[in-house]
Amino acid sequence: MAEKILLKGNELLAEAAVRAGCQFFAGYPITPQNEVSEYLSWRLPQVGGVFIQAESEVAAINMLFGASAAGARCMTSSSSPGISLKQEGISYITAAELPCVIVNIQRGGPGLGNIRAAQGDYFQAVKGGGHGDYRLIVLAPATLQEVYDLTMNAFDYADYWRNPVMILGDGILGQMAEPVETKPYKPILQIPPKDYILDGCKGRAPRVIKTLILKPELGLVTHNEEMQAKYRKIEQAIQLCEEYETADAELIVSAYGIPGRVAKGAVKIARKKGIKAGLIRPVSLWPFPKKPFVKAAQTAKQFLVVEMSQGQFIEDVKLAMECRRPVEFLGKGGGWYPTQEAILEKIEQMLQSPKGAKS
Amino acid sequence: MMNETRIIIAGFGGQGAVALGNVLARACMIEGKSVTGMVAYGPEMRGGTASATIVVCDDEIACPFVETPDHAIILNQQSLDKFEDSIVPNGLILVNTSIIRRPVRRTDLTQIQVAATEIARSLGSIKSANMAALGAFIQHTKLLRMENVERGMRELFGGKNPVMVETNIRALREAAQRFTLVQPKQ
Repeated sequence: MAEKILLKGNELLAEAAVRAGCQFFAGYPITPQNEVSEYLSWRLPQVGGVFIQAESEVAAINMLFGASAAGARCMTSSSSPGISLKQEGISYITAAELPCVIVNIQRGGPGLGNIRAAQGDYFQAVKGGGHGDYRLIVLAPATLQEVYDLTMNAFDYADYWRNPVMILGDGILGQMAEPVETKPYKPILQIPPKDYILDGCKGRAPRVIKTLILKPELGLVTHNEEMQAKYRKIEQAIQLCEEYETADAELIVSAYGIPGRVAKGAVKIARKKGIKAGLIRPVSLWPFPKKPFVKAAQTAKQFLVVEMSQGQFIEDVKLAMECRRPVEFLGKGGGWYPTQEAILEKIEQMLQSPKGAKS
Repeated sequence: MMNETRIIIAGFGGQGAVALGNVLARACMIEGKSVTGMVAYGPEMRGGTASATIVVCDDEIACPFVETPDHAIILNQQSLDKFEDSIVPNGLILVNTSIIRRPVRRTDLTQIQVAATEIARSLGSIKSANMAALGAFIQHTKLLRMENVERGMRELFGGKNPVMVETNIRALREAAQRFTLVQPKQ
């Protein structure tokens, strides 16, 4: 059996990044993700990596642009307001098709908000928070084992697809501790040699990495089409999801991240009571795992979405199954946490007075 | 799941509530149980309460945060005032009677009364009061085997301060024999 360790989510994420070969980290402090930076400030130098506490979030993301252009596996971490500040840089890095890992340990918003866990940054992460037609690969762990595994995978996805990957967590995931099996890093993809990086052009033609492409046709229009073609390939390659008791479920609960694991507990209790409930918990938020929803909509009569926000993820659930079934919502932003009891109560209420299902 | 045991540990900053939580969580891991732990974070102030929450389960843990604990380990009076009402009906409360002056108000709770600070002082260090509380708690609840708690403590602190660990273990064992159980008044 692999070694088990007990660390906070933020520390574990940082350790996984180091083990996956992260060589460069830049970040600016913000609660509730500070342990990521704190941990890497001493851990990265141990493995010959570079840690920089940047002067701002904007500086940190642009340092990643440079580190990635130079070929380093690199990461930045922040929480909601800080991630908003990084959006310009994120758009630039996607345009330059450079790999990097961006961690968002979400807190309550909008504005400076509060430091409770929340999920109000879903749209920003999944639909694009910066300008232009771009996508981030977005991964949403619900357990610390997933934090460990997905952080390692994130570096592989980023390098393979030459695209930033965002790990979308929340304050609970960052602050909680849970035993984790720390398997050694094993790449999940064959990463081609980085033949685009700026590492000195002696003996070869110089390379240029830039995001200003003034010419439209055969310029920016083509570049956009190529990026879209890449995104379609990513959509085929990555659709991660946990399904639980969905085969005969009459009611499907869907949630991601921490509410996803709480919802699973609620579904287990419901099953014990003889209620045919099931769970679909997307792990990749972009690409969104559509197939399980389409399949479940054939048998399940109703859906329930649980979010620690006012309702963002719910739109993708409805889109995934083209609104074939009614979808109810349980959620609040600003630091409200869903309990198993609250989810169970909602399930029972929905079964007592079901809304008319469209066929 | 419903068989999750939710525990809150609270005291004033420096009293070792968080360290107690760390030992408890590690002991759960050693015993092969699922466990999650969280330290309260927020705009805390000096002299305020420090608290940690632990969830223990044989199955995988659904909910890592605790709003209504089954068990509360309360090291000072301010924490009693803050958390007494949040405990589930008919739950369990451990109170450090060395420094908590008022009785527990709730009559539905089972009480473990332990003079944790006194026990620790008699062993040479009041810093071990948290581990005295843990000893009484484990002895009554049988949540874990005491040997795993001791092992967890050695793993966590053994490298840093072996002398302190021995005092801690004495406090753990001593308090396991020196607490008073008060059954709920029906």
